[in-house]
Amino acid sequence: MTGFEEVAGAVLVAGAQIVTVAVGGLLLVGVMRKVRSRLEGRIGPPVRQPLLDLRKLFTKQRMRPEEASWVFVAAPVVLVATAMVVVAISPLATTRPPLGQSADFFAIVFVLLLGSVSLALGALDTGTPFGGMGSSRAMTIGALAEPALLVAILAMSIPAHTSNLPVLVHMGLAHPQMIASPERILALGSFVVIILAESGRLPVDNPNTHLELTMIHEAMVLEYAGPDLGLVTLGESMRLTLLLGLLVNLLVPWGVADRSGAVSFVIGLGALAGKVALAGIAIATFEVFSGKLRLFRVPELLAGGFVLAMLGAVTAMVVR
Amino acid sequence: MTIRSVLQAMIHPHTATDGLGAPPAPAVGVRHTLGGSLQLRHVDAGSCNGCELEIASAFGPVYDAERFGARLVASPRHADALVVTGPVTKNMVGPLKKTFEAMPEPRMVFAVGDCARDCGVFKGGYGVAGAVADVVPVDVQVAGCPPHPEAIIRALRSLTGR
Repeated sequence: MTGFEEVAGAVLVAGAQIVTVAVGGLLLVGVMRKVRSRLEGRIGPPVRQPLLDLRKLFTKQRMRPEEASWVFVAAPVVLVATAMVVVAISPLATTRPPLGQSADFFAIVFVLLLGSVSLALGALDTGTPFGGMGSSRAMTIGALAEPALLVAILAMSIPAHTSNLPVLVHMGLAHPQMIASPERILALGSFVVIILAESGRLPVDNPNTHLELTMIHEAMVLEYAGPDLGLVTLGESMRLTLLLGLLVNLLVPWGVADRSGAVSFVIGLGALAGKVALAGIAIATFEVFSGKLRLFRVPELLAGGFVLAMLGAVTAMVVR
Repeated sequence: MTIRSVLQAMIHPHTATDGLGAPPAPAVGVRHTLGGSLQLRHVDAGSCNGCELEIASAFGPVYDAERFGARLVASPRHADALVVTGPVTKNMVGPLKKTFEAMPEPRMVFAVGDCARDCGVFKGGYGVAGAVADVVPVDVQVAGCPPHPEAIIRALRSLTGR
């Protein structure tokens, strides 16, 4: 294979993953809203509603507060860009993504953190009280979720002797007994709690709230309008889809393409869509039956996640 | 309530807005149908809360305005249209103007209820500055004291085009 073909193939794979996660992520949000509506006895907006919303947002006027500096403008771009980079190199549809050797789990976490921190800075930049409140809350939760996530990754990477994500997913395919090991189950349990916290779902944050005093993520984006808001929505849905995609691929890796080739890659994309949709439906169903935790009880939930991850890491070290 | 009836309601829910037919034509002077997506910011400019109840009801499980692509949002920056209820009291003139100016173009205003249209029973009150149209340009009016949720939904559908 010539160098050009390799590069073209890598660009194709990365592009296909980015497009699938961008469009599929919006549809995922639509599916989750639909499931919630149905369980509440409503018909609800159509599944493609988030796509319509996004299309409209990009036709609206670009409006920025007078006091805002470049930080406010850059934040949504950084959010989407970091999500795209991580999606491109993550083992979502194939265990051989381009630049897969650089898809270290720890590195991915910090690249995603760059996106959340830039959004928090963008919210602070406008100087509105709600923006600062949202940033402070998001950073508090991030500071509690991040260590739990790192320890969970540690627990998963000790038995595999690597924290490289494509290899972790590949080893799940090659040695299915690794998935059922206690440390992997504990770590993934902690991962679920962290996904709920990081993507602002119930019981940590209510994505449908209109009550400024209880908002976390929504409070940070109150000042964004038009195309900027569109980028924020896109970035957030991509991050949710990416995290869910990583979770399902670590939990049920079957369907992910383990060899190169267009057919297995397309099957991998289909499997990814199906698995992530099921995960989204499960989260939406859970949200209907759960309430938002009081803010001061969120640390207890995240501490629970941390304990799970810690137990996983200890198990991994003791079992060796 | 049996499990079967719950499942049936989930798979095939019935709402009062079933079978409404095609959306009404946009009101005169409305420039955009927004491609089936309409975000609303609600401002109570001095209402008695009767209209608020009806708006809440329009977005509840019985009328379910969300199925037509309309959604209430938390910030005027996110909104395409302002839903104003009540006569505009003197204290609310400034906040209403500011909220309108905080919305990105294209922006529209719904005046919901008789008070928003012509001050209703509060006409001539000492605290009333005027109707909504005296403060911000109104695109769509919804009559009624309070307006029926179906009337509100008809007005919303004329903008979402669904």
